[in-house]
Amino acid sequence: MKVKVLSRNPDDYVRETKLDIQRVPRNYDPTLHPFEVSREYTRALNATKLERLFAKPFVTSLDGHRDGVNCMAKHTKTLSTLLSGSCDGEVKVWNLTKRECVRTLQAHEGFVRGMVVRFCGSSFFTVGDDKTIKQWKMEAPGYGEEEEPLNTILGKSVFTGLDHHQKDAVFATCGQQVDIWDEQRTSPIRSFTWGVDSFSAVRFNPVETELLASCASDRSVVLYDMRESTPLKKVIMTMRSNTLCWNPMEAYYFTCCNEDYNLYTYDMRFLDKPITVHMDHVSAALDVDYSPTGKEFVSASFDKTIRIFAKDGGHSREVYHTKRMQHVICIKWSLDNKYILSGSDEMNIRLWKANAAEKLGVMSPREREAANYNQTLKEKFQHHPQVRRVARHRHLPKSLYHQTKELRVMKEARRRKYVFLMHFSFEASALSLSEWPRRKGHGGVMATRAAGVTYAVPPAQWKVWLVGLCPLTWAQ
Amino acid sequence: MAKASKKKVSKAVVKAMDTTAAVTPDVVYDEEDEEDLSKADEVITSEDEDGEDERRRQKLLEAISALGGKRKKTLGERSEPSVQMSEFTVNADGEGDKIDLSDLIGTVERTSAVPATTKKQLKNLQRSTKPIACPLSKQESQRIQRDVAFQKAATEVTRWKSIIKQNQRAEQLVFPLNQEPIGPKPMERVVSGWKAQTPLEQEIFAVLSANKQPINDPILTPTEEASMRAMSLEEAKIRRAELQKARALQSYYEAKARREKKIKSKTYHKVQNKAKRKEFLKQFDEMVVADPASALEELNKIEMSRMQERMSLKHQNSGKWAKSKAIMAKYDDGARKAMQQQLEVNKTLTQKLVSSLNEEEEEEEKDEADAEVLPELVNDAEQVLNSLNPWMRGKLSEEHKEKEISNTVDLTAEGPGNTVEEDEDEEEVEETEEEKLLREFESRRKLRHALETDAAPLTCMDDNTEDKAAAENPDVSDKEEEELSEFTSLFRGIADSLQEAESETAEAGEDHSTPLEEDLIRVRTLEDMELLSQENLPSGEAAAPPQQPPDTAALSSATEKTGKNRKRKRGIELKEVLTKGTEVIKVPLIPTTEDNEDNEDTEDRDDGLDQSGLIKEAFAGDDVISDFLKDKRKQEDAGKPKVVDLTLPGWGEWGGTSLKPSRHKRRRFRVKTAPPPPRKDRHLPSVIMSEKRNSSISLHQVSSLPFPFENHAQFESTIRSPLGRTWNTERTVKKISMPKVVTQMGAIIEPMAREELLKERKQLVLRSFSRPCSPCFPGSPVKYSITGESCVFNQKHIGYRY
Repeated sequence: MKVKVLSRNPDDYVRETKLDIQRVPRNYDPTLHPFEVSREYTRALNATKLERLFAKPFVTSLDGHRDGVNCMAKHTKTLSTLLSGSCDGEVKVWNLTKRECVRTLQAHEGFVRGMVVRFCGSSFFTVGDDKTIKQWKMEAPGYGEEEEPLNTILGKSVFTGLDHHQKDAVFATCGQQVDIWDEQRTSPIRSFTWGVDSFSAVRFNPVETELLASCASDRSVVLYDMRESTPLKKVIMTMRSNTLCWNPMEAYYFTCCNEDYNLYTYDMRFLDKPITVHMDHVSAALDVDYSPTGKEFVSASFDKTIRIFAKDGGHSREVYHTKRMQHVICIKWSLDNKYILSGSDEMNIRLWKANAAEKLGVMSPREREAANYNQTLKEKFQHHPQVRRVARHRHLPKSLYHQTKELRVMKEARRRKYVFLMHFSFEASALSLSEWPRRKGHGGVMATRAAGVTYAVPPAQWKVWLVGLCPLTWAQ
Repeated sequence: MAKASKKKVSKAVVKAMDTTAAVTPDVVYDEEDEEDLSKADEVITSEDEDGEDERRRQKLLEAISALGGKRKKTLGERSEPSVQMSEFTVNADGEGDKIDLSDLIGTVERTSAVPATTKKQLKNLQRSTKPIACPLSKQESQRIQRDVAFQKAATEVTRWKSIIKQNQRAEQLVFPLNQEPIGPKPMERVVSGWKAQTPLEQEIFAVLSANKQPINDPILTPTEEASMRAMSLEEAKIRRAELQKARALQSYYEAKARREKKIKSKTYHKVQNKAKRKEFLKQFDEMVVADPASALEELNKIEMSRMQERMSLKHQNSGKWAKSKAIMAKYDDGARKAMQQQLEVNKTLTQKLVSSLNEEEEEEEKDEADAEVLPELVNDAEQVLNSLNPWMRGKLSEEHKEKEISNTVDLTAEGPGNTVEEDEDEEEVEETEEEKLLREFESRRKLRHALETDAAPLTCMDDNTEDKAAAENPDVSDKEEEELSEFTSLFRGIADSLQEAESETAEAGEDHSTPLEEDLIRVRTLEDMELLSQENLPSGEAAAPPQQPPDTAALSSATEKTGKNRKRKRGIELKEVLTKGTEVIKVPLIPTTEDNEDNEDTEDRDDGLDQSGLIKEAFAGDDVISDFLKDKRKQEDAGKPKVVDLTLPGWGEWGGTSLKPSRHKRRRFRVKTAPPPPRKDRHLPSVIMSEKRNSSISLHQVSSLPFPFENHAQFESTIRSPLGRTWNTERTVKKISMPKVVTQMGAIIEPMAREELLKERKQLVLRSFSRPCSPCFPGSPVKYSITGESCVFNQKHIGYRY
């Protein structure tokens, strides 16, 4: 009789060293693991629900200002430092890790209009309503020393905005005109005007560092090159833009936030129409800042909310609000892509997580892998109704909710009217639905070019419905 | 001469005017034209006269000119010395003379330094009579300036396009972008303010710096670095030696071949050929073992030559030489032999090869056949085991069973030794048929059960025969995995690319980023989430099959579009999304003990009988089949149209308790509805197919094709491929679930730097140079990558070539 005995090769199940992973014999035969889709669907749904449960974006609130926070500046070299300027001319320097104010200085009389940290991080500039530009040291003065600016430049008019060059000792201000200053001189090395009396914001392009853009009160956004003597181009929109921000990773894209509740992303080479119109706010958008990865941006609005948009998303992926947060004036995305800072009317600065459900702190490899897997699952099943429903649900305050609904109704009514006109009106027989303003292509604005200036105004046939009082003339 | 005479005339006139107060106007008028012409002359001439006379004359002239109605501004005479003799040594004497262009250009003709083209241009200018266009207005010139500046800036910015595209398409981006390589760094780089302090250190550094020796870590002098970059001398020598050797070898070989070719001895060649053939055969045998693919190729070659031989008449005694030999063959023994040899060659060439490879295959087949035949007893044992417990063997496939049956039948026909088991076997055959049915029922029931109970949208068990192969073949599964990752990347890319395309064509499609569903409810717990997912379901979508919303734009082309839309709106089909079907596992059964077979068999049989008895007892009264049939009949009946009797007793005739409506009336008011379409399971006796729509599943199903996908197949394939580590290998899971953006904790992400542009360009240029086939620039790559303009030029070429 021959007896066969079970025998195993220890190489199959014994680790070579203690540091190796335990060998787990696996059989990937699909018959042994049935129902893969349904199982993964369940996992995806659970992951989505858990994500919403863990979505607690609000981290902390920094209070200490005695007036509304009007501007903020990120420190270029340290993540934990934040500067904020308020409407009473006070500038505060915050330590974000300790959540405390480390330094306070009375920088201006009246508003602090703009603030920027020099690229080296050793000093910062402020402009205020008192027509001055001041340069301050980043370190606090020693004991007994006076808090004094390094430099003070007296301007002829009020400055409303400020930005610093990415690498050179050059900065730009705006007010009645856009000025380029050398740090060593007291008069601007260049000033640009183009038939406008006031500008609200100016921003340097962080990638192509010689380019700038500004928002003017004549509803236009103007582009400049620091090396040229004239402005480059401007686009005039239907309503005024408040601020703008360049994409830090993609040289030719910038986003401006408009009074018409929308944000517009433009390609600076083709200003005829915006690439994407980001809509969701129910009041004027006041400030915008890109994430340092250039994939998303955050916008602050007069409607007391903060919204996060994908750079090519027509609608926001996230909305943040608190009961106590009033009109959000300024917003910044931290340089490590993890946090969002908002300064609002009611004197507080708030720190939010950029990804509401993300775990802060160190994750173990297994944890990270699980998170990644969950993320891919959510992406895979994002179109399934249940998953989508849970993922997209957000709580909104009542007033906002109703306002959003109202706006939607208004928009739909306008669209319906347009369609009626298209079909029945004599004058507007040339209309077609493709002309209808949409998010992509040309939202809300239609551009016509006129030699260097791009006017983004509605074409003639639109007036028919824009006026809104045109009687319907039935086609005979 | 004419000029002089004119002067005279005018003088005369003037004098006459002086002397005679009354002047006939005729004369004056006659002279006026000329006066105009020669006014300058007059002024000059007037200088000669005396002061008082002159003044009077001047007055008179003025009066006259006033009379003529033409106010000519006389050239005032300036007597300042500065004008007379200006600091630029330009005399005011020739003030009256107009300066011609020729005066200025005159000198140009003579100077040799002025290029010929300029001279020509100047000449043309002289000839042209057109007035020079007035300069542009300030606004216009500024506009032009702006345009030019904008174009410049736009082109400058466009250089980033490739990088931006690349980043958009990248599967993963790790921020900060320009991270320093991990690893130990030299002390000098870490400690910035380090200086030689002790006298010894200072001395050492002084010596080092005096001898131009490197101080920092990569301890190389500049010359050494340069030499590092160049090819080293040794390397060059080695390379040269190699080339020399190769050349020498080649010449030797050629010489040898020539020598051998010259040898006339036939026997020598014969021996040589034989040796070669032997060698080849040996090699071939080795090849069969080591590299079957190339062996096959060789075989094919041989086959080819055989075919050629068969087609041609080369060795078939039909050539000129062969014919001549045939004539000689009668008399010459050698010729006969030669002919015979040729024929033999033909024979050998046309002989069909029975290769060892084929043999092997055949052997394998045999083995397989054996394997099927061999474990009869084993199979028997297994069957016995199976037949005992109908609940335990639901998964064995029919084909397998049938095979077994045929095997057993064959065996019974052949082997007289197996007659003992014959009855048993026959019983088994019957049993197995029953079991087959049973099993089928069971699987169907499972299927139905799964359909009803499982909440997930995509469940069904089906025999997907096509997927079986995929499951068995690891290569295929690998391919799948690749496809999967490819698809995810594609899926990620699609959105971006589409967006780009849209922005370019200005054809704004639907935005894929749907708005947030903002609500007044704040979700706090998991239960809330559940409620949310149930409550917020749009009632229409949930209950009724998804209907197409009225599309105003589609009014005109209604018919076409509706047809299309219906297609699209059709829910994702279960079958399409189905996962791989269940598969039969065939485990080769090896008898663990080899013992007295008969004994074991009998024992087994006894045991089996006992067990089957037990099970029969346990499941007595559980008549699954009849239950099923009843069930099916019930379902069929429910689906059948019912006759509706609408007769109203007493309507139109007498009514009462004992009165029935007339038959005529009853027939008239009995309504028969049309029979429904035939059931799908009418030809499947063991299947119940429910044709009702399951609304609980539709809640979880996608009702329309999501944005980046172009057709159902695409979407379904993404859904079908699992991502988890239960179904995929570790590496695949990692690859699939790679996050798109990775950031480092606490690291500042700087904006894109100019260096990235340079880096990319360098890579591009290097790539272009590394291609040997297209030497586009003769210079060194460094030169082209660093200078700006040539870079642009370079890129253009690259863009053109790739």
